[in-house]
Amino acid sequence: MSATTAPGHTETGKKLLLKGNELMVRAAIEAGCRFFAGYPITPQNEVPEYMSQLMPKVGGTFVQAESEIAAINMIFGASAAGARCMTSSSSPGISLKQEGISYIASAELPCVIANVQRGGPGLGNIRASQADYFQAVKGGGHGDYRLIVLAPASLDELQDLTMNAFDYADYYRNPVMILADGLLGQMAEPVDARPYEPILELPEKDFVLDGCKGREARVIKTLFLRPPKALVTHNMRLQKKYETIASELQLCENVQTDDAELVIAAYGMTARIAKGAVDMARQAGMKVGLIRPITLWPFPGPAFMEVAGTAKKLLVVEMSSGQFIEDVKLATECNIPVEFLGMGGGWYPTPENIFEKISAIYDK
Amino acid sequence: MTKEMKLVIAGFGGQGVVVAGNILARACMAEGKNITGMVSYGAEMRGGTANSTIVISDTWIASPIVEKPDVAIVLNQPSLDKFEERMAPKGLIVINTSMTEREVERADLEVIKVNATEIAHQLGNVRVANIVALGAFLGHTHILEMSSMIGAIEALFSQKKPGLIEINDKALRAGAEVMVNA
Repeated sequence: MSATTAPGHTETGKKLLLKGNELMVRAAIEAGCRFFAGYPITPQNEVPEYMSQLMPKVGGTFVQAESEIAAINMIFGASAAGARCMTSSSSPGISLKQEGISYIASAELPCVIANVQRGGPGLGNIRASQADYFQAVKGGGHGDYRLIVLAPASLDELQDLTMNAFDYADYYRNPVMILADGLLGQMAEPVDARPYEPILELPEKDFVLDGCKGREARVIKTLFLRPPKALVTHNMRLQKKYETIASELQLCENVQTDDAELVIAAYGMTARIAKGAVDMARQAGMKVGLIRPITLWPFPGPAFMEVAGTAKKLLVVEMSSGQFIEDVKLATECNIPVEFLGMGGGWYPTPENIFEKISAIYDK
Repeated sequence: MTKEMKLVIAGFGGQGVVVAGNILARACMAEGKNITGMVSYGAEMRGGTANSTIVISDTWIASPIVEKPDVAIVLNQPSLDKFEERMAPKGLIVINTSMTEREVERADLEVIKVNATEIAHQLGNVRVANIVALGAFLGHTHILEMSSMIGAIEALFSQKKPGLIEINDKALRAGAEVMVNA
């Protein structure tokens, strides 16, 4: 369960017992990530620690950068040079990376960014949190851009989505964020080691700056001054890409929503915990289900609308004071009442206190 | 075992609570049980208190968080102070009497006493007190086969520290022995 006892190799087909942070590293390297730059911060420290152990073994590059800002800009460079690359941090560190993320999004450079969220605002604390939802899905940095945002709810899914993240990034030429939290990063549970296989037919990287001898020079830039409408054209192209992503990549899990009168909406670790509450409620004879977006952007709006057509009420549970709930209300156009259970600052729900909330609102 | 067992192993940093948790988790895995594990992280340092929490279940586990442990294996006094009051009603507490200064106060708790550090010292390595305590817990509850535990110890140490396998095996058996003779 610690990096020092974790196997320092990338064999597949065996049962692994690693922390989420370590598993994410293993999956990234398995998927061909060969450049990592990061800066330490709890609760994601096992990511750079384990990267520093594994990367040299596969001939990749690990850099402990002088800052988060340096790390994200190294990712800009590594991606422009054609490497599958990744950086990770936790909330305050992700805030520092925002300028670079905006640049990478504008330059349409594929990369994976992991945020193992902790409590905020400010330096906050080191407990798990989901209070960076707005930052992840609404922008964070400046300008009209989108990240593909993935929210794994178990270590098994963390392994899959980490590998898939590199494919989505390359396929759409877009940065992908893995929005995890301190619980997912710090917990260990058995996982079957999965070999990497691309889930998409990946395009040739025809943008890479690898020396233009014998071919036309390429340009990767984010400054568009001339002609006057150059930036408008660039933005229109980006928006068109985002529309394509939104139409093609909406991932969502429904648990017992078919006959449910009350449906819990939650993502990531909170959804996993909420599933325990669904079991408790079902045992108590209440028709309760769960809807769990796996992509937070693009948000699986139609799946939510469908649930709003059959259920009587929604209950949003999140480890924040209320961010994800706004997208739930938008997606369902407030057609049915949306109740809330959540708190910022490092509050963890338990299946018991979600069940308590269910019991309180179910018949009302 | 039909329901979830939420377990905490707690002690000073350096007493091996993480290793003990790791061995227990691997033994559970070997028997096909579902487990989740977490280690306290952050402000702890050598000499501070550290804990490893494990949820063991025959079915799917919703939450890895252990707020009210059913079982606490406490290796020192501060851990006894911290976890006794937090324990679930009628829980099982294993205390390392070599490093605790008082009795368990709650009347509803089942108490197992083992002088783990002394036994470890007699075996020749005080650092295996964690495994002695684990042995006592298993000797009392029999939730796992000893062979699974020994297998987990071997798997964990075989690569980097094969010299530690024998002493850990001895410690496990010595802990279990205490319960047989109790």
